[in-house]
Amino acid sequence: MDLIIVGLLLGGTYALMALGLQLQYGVARIMNLANGEVLVAGAFGAFWFYTGAKLSPFVTVLVVAPAAFVVNWAIYRYLLQPLVRRAKSRGHLEVDSILATFGLAFVFVGIMLAVFGGEYFSYSYLETAFVLLGERYALNRIAAFAASILLCGALAFWLNSTRAGLTLRAVAVNPASAGLVGINVPRVSAQAFAIGGAVTAAGGAMLSMFLTFDASIGVIFTLKALIIVILGGVGDIRGTIVAAFILGLAETAVATLLDPGLTLAAAYLLFIAILLFRPQGLFGRRPS
Amino acid sequence: MQRRLFMSVAAVAVATGTIGMSQANAKDIVIGAVAPKTGPLAAGAAITHWPNIKLWVETVNARGGLKLKSGMAKIKLIEYDDRTNPGETIKAVQRLATQDKANFVLAPYSTGLNLAAAPIFARYGYPQITSTSITDKVGPLTKRYSGIFFTLGTTTGFAGAVADILKKLRDDGKIGKRIAMVNVADAFGIELANAARPIFKKAGFEIVYDKSYPLGTQDLSPVIKGAKAANPDAFVAWSYPPDTFGLTAQAKIQGLNVKAFYTAVATAFPVFGAKFGKAAEGILGAGGINPDTPEMKAYIAAHKKVTGKAPDYWASAVMYASLQVLEQAIEAVGSTDRKAVTDYIKNNTFDTVIGKMDLRTQNNDKFWTVGQWQNGVFYGVASTGRDGAKPIQLKPDW
Repeated sequence: MDLIIVGLLLGGTYALMALGLQLQYGVARIMNLANGEVLVAGAFGAFWFYTGAKLSPFVTVLVVAPAAFVVNWAIYRYLLQPLVRRAKSRGHLEVDSILATFGLAFVFVGIMLAVFGGEYFSYSYLETAFVLLGERYALNRIAAFAASILLCGALAFWLNSTRAGLTLRAVAVNPASAGLVGINVPRVSAQAFAIGGAVTAAGGAMLSMFLTFDASIGVIFTLKALIIVILGGVGDIRGTIVAAFILGLAETAVATLLDPGLTLAAAYLLFIAILLFRPQGLFGRRPS
Repeated sequence: MQRRLFMSVAAVAVATGTIGMSQANAKDIVIGAVAPKTGPLAAGAAITHWPNIKLWVETVNARGGLKLKSGMAKIKLIEYDDRTNPGETIKAVQRLATQDKANFVLAPYSTGLNLAAAPIFARYGYPQITSTSITDKVGPLTKRYSGIFFTLGTTTGFAGAVADILKKLRDDGKIGKRIAMVNVADAFGIELANAARPIFKKAGFEIVYDKSYPLGTQDLSPVIKGAKAANPDAFVAWSYPPDTFGLTAQAKIQGLNVKAFYTAVATAFPVFGAKFGKAAEGILGAGGINPDTPEMKAYIAAHKKVTGKAPDYWASAVMYASLQVLEQAIEAVGSTDRKAVTDYIKNNTFDTVIGKMDLRTQNNDKFWTVGQWQNGVFYGVASTGRDGAKPIQLKPDW
């Protein structure tokens, strides 16, 4: 039971890392390698507000997420849309966007280095024990888990039950046909990219409660998010959520039952297995 | 730079009344620095490495520069980011030597990058006074590279010091003989765990939990739960910065109460004390300083003034001491003759912020090994011959 709870908590953490990338990659078709840097920027925001004004990260999110939305929208509009326009195929766009966002990641790292400096950042917020069924868990992880569930729920509801969400999914399934039925694909893509950025930054603000971070650590989060998105299947947010929890549970089970040294191996084994037997991911569709 | 060079030449020329003569004697001394500004080790370098270079260059230039036979020479510093990539470190040293014509190049940051750069330092004859390298291979390395120096200590020295402390606590009846030991699965953690295992066993301890975890593990609670389930008397983690924070936070949350709690790198960082506050009290970690000597007091004050923040409680001072050694050697030789400077370092002792530094064996064998947070300061509690160690306190429960 303890194992399952720890695994779920870690899964929630992973969901926060990967949801934003799923929106950006699945809908806007941008393989955003600067995703981790946006997450770290969110973490810096939370750190800055907490140490400067004792503001809870849960309040900070209300500032960080809209700011990230605006910045990401601008990035999409002015940096990525030209790439989308001139791309001849999806593969072409993928290569271009990978190169562009790879460069963007360095720009972000440079800006954060200049603004905050290169040191380690860590603060204590809700770092107390929360007793559940006789076992002790970190309260900040529970809080982040709750936030991630809330976020997943809100996103799932929005995507499945609102018109705007449905439009987004239509673009995710087939941008060309979506355009034919009168959906403004460039605008929806920009929205999806911006929302993805906002979700990632919000996740960063949550994670900063218990992860030590520095300006150059973003790439670690990008990699993890990438694995989860591919595991879950590109273009389906449910897949990402499920994959995040599977990964969290698997890593915790291996760490507890076998050896903590094998967690990375377990994660990549899972990744390889999925690529071998279900290359489109858990919830992904086979390309037709 | 060209302009400053011209100005200083002109100034000296006017002063000596020899305008246009061949002896343009006041010349900058070009010193190169290569270390991570980005990449996995950038944060550590931003705390320990770069601020001390800044402080040193400003201090030396403020007093007119380095005193050479040809006159005072201001330091012209050229910095390169190696992105925590050994290949880049080597390339940058090469560039400094061939394109920038650096008179000296400061030793890079971390054990790995220093070892990677040792051959290229040797090729250009630069003295390489390392201050962030811990290795047990000092003997073979100094035999192979005549210009390399080690100042921070040895792997066995650090593992042995922890064993000594635990042994003393046990012999005094303060703790039992059960040790939970974990390490980060990285060169540093593996080497220390391998060194510590036989030392602990020989000292009569029982290692009841012995696991490693990958670098960058995002949830360390299974590790701490496992350690707690083994019911240890002492907890030792050969850890790196992010996991030092993660392990300590989890131990606090899980209520892993031991009388001796040790985490390795980053325990000595001011941010550790700032983050954990009262909970940091009694935590043991790698390093330590004696902050009460006049030299250290002046150093800490200057570091705060120039860089805006306090130095860490371990390698910062050693790093600054290594720069002082270079400074004193260059001034004693009075020129930028690298061979002569290296020989001078090998044949003399130096007064530094951490006390006398003797590098005659190319190795400083007097270093702080273990420190402990006491009343908000990370004091050295064990060393291999440094003065001023504080008595060890038992760690209170969280």
